[in-house]
Amino acid sequence: MKEKPDVLQGTLALMVLKTLDLLGPQHGYGIARRIEQISGDLLDVNQGTLYPLLLKLEHEGAIASEWGASENNRRARFYRLTKAGRKQLESETRDWEQTAAIIAGFLNVKAEDLI
Amino acid sequence: MKILRRFLIRLANFATRRRADERLRDEIAEHLALQIEENLSAGMAPAEARRQAALKLGAAQAIREHHHDEQSLPLIENLFFDLRYAVRMLVRSPGFSFIAIATMALGIGATTAIYSVIAATLLHPLPYPNPDELVRIQDDLPGVGAQGVGISVPEWRDLESSGIFQSASITGTGANVNLTGSAQPLRLSFKQVTPNYFAVLGVDAQLGRVFDPRDTTPGYNLEVVISDGLWRREFGADPKIIGRALHLDNDEYHVVGVMPRGFRDQGSTSEEQNVELWLGAGFAGVPFPTPLRSSRQRSRVVIARMKPGLSIAAAQGHLDALVESLKKQYPAEYPAKTAWTVRLVPLSETVVGSVRQSLILLFGAVGLVLLISCTNVANLLLARTSGRSREIAVRQAMGAQRTRLVRQLLTESLLLFLLGGVAGFGLLFCAQHFLLRLIPESLPHLNNISISWGVLAFALAVSVAAGTVFGLAPAWLMSRLDLTSTLRQEGRGSSGSVGRSRARHILVISELALSLVLMVVAGLLLRSFWDLFAVQPGFNPDRVMAVQTWLAGPNDPTTDPYQTATQESVLLREILRRSRTIAGVEEAAVGDEASLPLGHRDPGGLPLIREGIETMDNQAPVIDSPIVSPEYFHLLGMPLLRGRLFSDQDIETTPQVAIINQAAARTYWPNQDPLGKRVRLNFNTRGLVSSAEPVWTTIIGVIADARTESLGDAAVPQIYRSVYQRPAKDLAIFLRGQLDPSAISAQVREQIRSIDATLPVFHAETLEAVLSTSLSIRRFSMEMVAFFAATALLLAGLGIYGTISYVVNEQRREIAIRLALGAQRGTILKMVLRRGLGLAAAGAGLGVGGALIVSHLMAGLLYGVSPNDLPTFAGVTVALTGVALAASYIPALRAMRLDPITTLHSE
Repeated sequence: MKEKPDVLQGTLALMVLKTLDLLGPQHGYGIARRIEQISGDLLDVNQGTLYPLLLKLEHEGAIASEWGASENNRRARFYRLTKAGRKQLESETRDWEQTAAIIAGFLNVKAEDLI
Repeated sequence: MKILRRFLIRLANFATRRRADERLRDEIAEHLALQIEENLSAGMAPAEARRQAALKLGAAQAIREHHHDEQSLPLIENLFFDLRYAVRMLVRSPGFSFIAIATMALGIGATTAIYSVIAATLLHPLPYPNPDELVRIQDDLPGVGAQGVGISVPEWRDLESSGIFQSASITGTGANVNLTGSAQPLRLSFKQVTPNYFAVLGVDAQLGRVFDPRDTTPGYNLEVVISDGLWRREFGADPKIIGRALHLDNDEYHVVGVMPRGFRDQGSTSEEQNVELWLGAGFAGVPFPTPLRSSRQRSRVVIARMKPGLSIAAAQGHLDALVESLKKQYPAEYPAKTAWTVRLVPLSETVVGSVRQSLILLFGAVGLVLLISCTNVANLLLARTSGRSREIAVRQAMGAQRTRLVRQLLTESLLLFLLGGVAGFGLLFCAQHFLLRLIPESLPHLNNISISWGVLAFALAVSVAAGTVFGLAPAWLMSRLDLTSTLRQEGRGSSGSVGRSRARHILVISELALSLVLMVVAGLLLRSFWDLFAVQPGFNPDRVMAVQTWLAGPNDPTTDPYQTATQESVLLREILRRSRTIAGVEEAAVGDEASLPLGHRDPGGLPLIREGIETMDNQAPVIDSPIVSPEYFHLLGMPLLRGRLFSDQDIETTPQVAIINQAAARTYWPNQDPLGKRVRLNFNTRGLVSSAEPVWTTIIGVIADARTESLGDAAVPQIYRSVYQRPAKDLAIFLRGQLDPSAISAQVREQIRSIDATLPVFHAETLEAVLSTSLSIRRFSMEMVAFFAATALLLAGLGIYGTISYVVNEQRREIAIRLALGAQRGTILKMVLRRGLGLAAAGAGLGVGGALIVSHLMAGLLYGVSPNDLPTFAGVTVALTGVALAASYIPALRAMRLDPITTLHSE
């Protein structure tokens, strides 16, 4: 069986922010599920690592959280994007697109282009 | 920035750590529950659902730990753990903790106390801006053995224009002035200064202004600056004081400024620093003598502020060149024979004066006490950690890192030392008022001594430094435990590592050596003091009191009611006549301030021109010349050796006569008969205009030497003149008899007031008190060093007791076996005592070596005892050995009484 690529910390943070941006307040399990869904099971998020990341993002002020009730009435912590988080998402998206464009351009280069 | 932010977050996490961890745990549990629920609804068996959920989540515990490491500060956290552990250890053995903390409190408290004195005197002697630029300019005539002869006004002008200094100022040494017009005539200490004086010091007035530095009035400018203390005390802090007229010695001055609170004048005695009035003067016009280049005034001091950035050495270089060119320019004024030189002395040095050596000695002594206390605590720590060797071995076996162990042990000792330091500081803070009273009043800057933040910082710094140095060694030794052998001993008292017992022996030996040094120092000081105390002063202070008064010296001599000796003698004879009527008075005499034995300021000598030997006063040797009334010698019991004393018939109109002491006869007329020799003493004592050319004075008598200058000086040449021939303004009235010291001031004041109500009466003292005050700094340092030595001896005794007890405890198995095999109990006793004696001998040997070095360094503080004084060294060594033996005797007895059966059973 082929190993699925590990998600880098930085990209996971971006995914979390994007998920919250798209879907509004979510609890941890919900976020994990969405990421799994969107990435189409290609990325195997070691789901436990999500929670330290959420704590870290909250310390950095990108997200805020409060206790609430989940859809099936369990107690769960709901995370939402803050203003600072939205800004961070924008700038990180830009950075990521830039990086992706550079890498894509690099990978598409053919030998004859370089002469 | 980002790093800082992260650090702050981590620091915040440190506080919220537990909450974050709990939350993480809760959320992960929640997540698992949701996942399991979903798995179940997808049709998995419950067990499988749980397994799959856990797999998907990953290792929850590892995640939490990883998170924790990332989010916290392990160093601080460990420190926190260590501290908590250390506190628990301290509480668990309160006896040990108490002794260690008390020992350190003693050591650090004493050191800090002496430091606070030193900080006020040696470290910050000058409370002025840029104190390094301030110098005192002193000129000497080494060719005739005269020092500090004073600077004449033309010389001062040369200095001012030399370009070396920002400005230079002449000041008189402090003197007295009568403030009249208030309820009671007051005697205030004043200083006459050139108007740029405050500009030199760099201090401005809090109210009004200081003198205008450009003021060039030749005589007094009739402006006065007053101290904050005087302003508050006498004028009720009147804000409208500026411009007010003050009658000082019958002259009218106007107040122009009030100096700030806390301003202290420079000077080496508290009297000089507590000057209350400053009068501006140019020193060059009436009432000062014509400013001749050769008319030097010993009582005048020049202080100057050097150009910024100029070092003393560089300034001295420029000054030497100036002196050379002046010598060429005025060869008649500066004869080669006198070898005129001008020196720059840092003002801070002149201000601290003679107590520097005593203070350094005290600091050294207290430093030794601190070292001994530290050694003692280190010893205790070693002993205690030995008892914990099993615990440490177990922790090491469980994988504790060595650095981690050292850090933990170090934390414990640091905590002990810091607690000791804080306790010492606390004690000092509470006892400061009591302690300040122990310090002699003659100590300069007494008023500046305070227990301040700087002192607290010092105490903490010392605690930390000592804790690190003396905690590190035991910690390091402990962390080197041999694991297997320690653990294998299964709780039997460990026999201790060789390294540790050697360390303990070294500590005890150094403790003993250090105490011996201190005890020798104390012994030598005690003997010096005793010799000084027992010395025959050459005068009889018994039942004698002196009361001072001051005749006004107005700027216009013609308004002075006591201008001539004849006028003054009427007053003096009346004062004497009335004084004899005071109850209990048997004898009375008067003299000037210089005639006050031991209590007077350095009066500054006069050039002594011997007939046929010197022709000019700038070549002449300088001699002290008190002025006294005829009864003075009899009252003080100073015997006449040859010739005659003054009589009431020696008056202004009869030939001038003088009496010298033996030292003057020996120094100035060696192998000759001084009787009938004639001399000229050139200056009027106070530098006021002398009416005529000095006349020849004939020597009529020789009296025995007396230690009137200092008890340590057997004889200083003196030439006495009669007050009926040379009037004096600064008078002391001497009374002998059954006097009541508390009432005498009022009694004399009453008598003097009925003669002249403008005369102040102050400073009533018994000569016994003056005598004892003159020894106060010596007594103070002797008592302090003796106290430190006693402390050191006590600590060393405790140290040796602890070590021997420990040795006995370690060897109790061996001793028990010996006893079981039939060893005599006496032999065991001797064996243990020999251990103690060995340590004492080693310590004493080292200590004697150290003490010899120290005693030679402090030879300047000794009087009448050699630095190698055999009885002191022998006595101290015997005492120390005795204490060491006594301290070993208790554990030795314990060893002797050991019951072999119980001991061997219990092992």
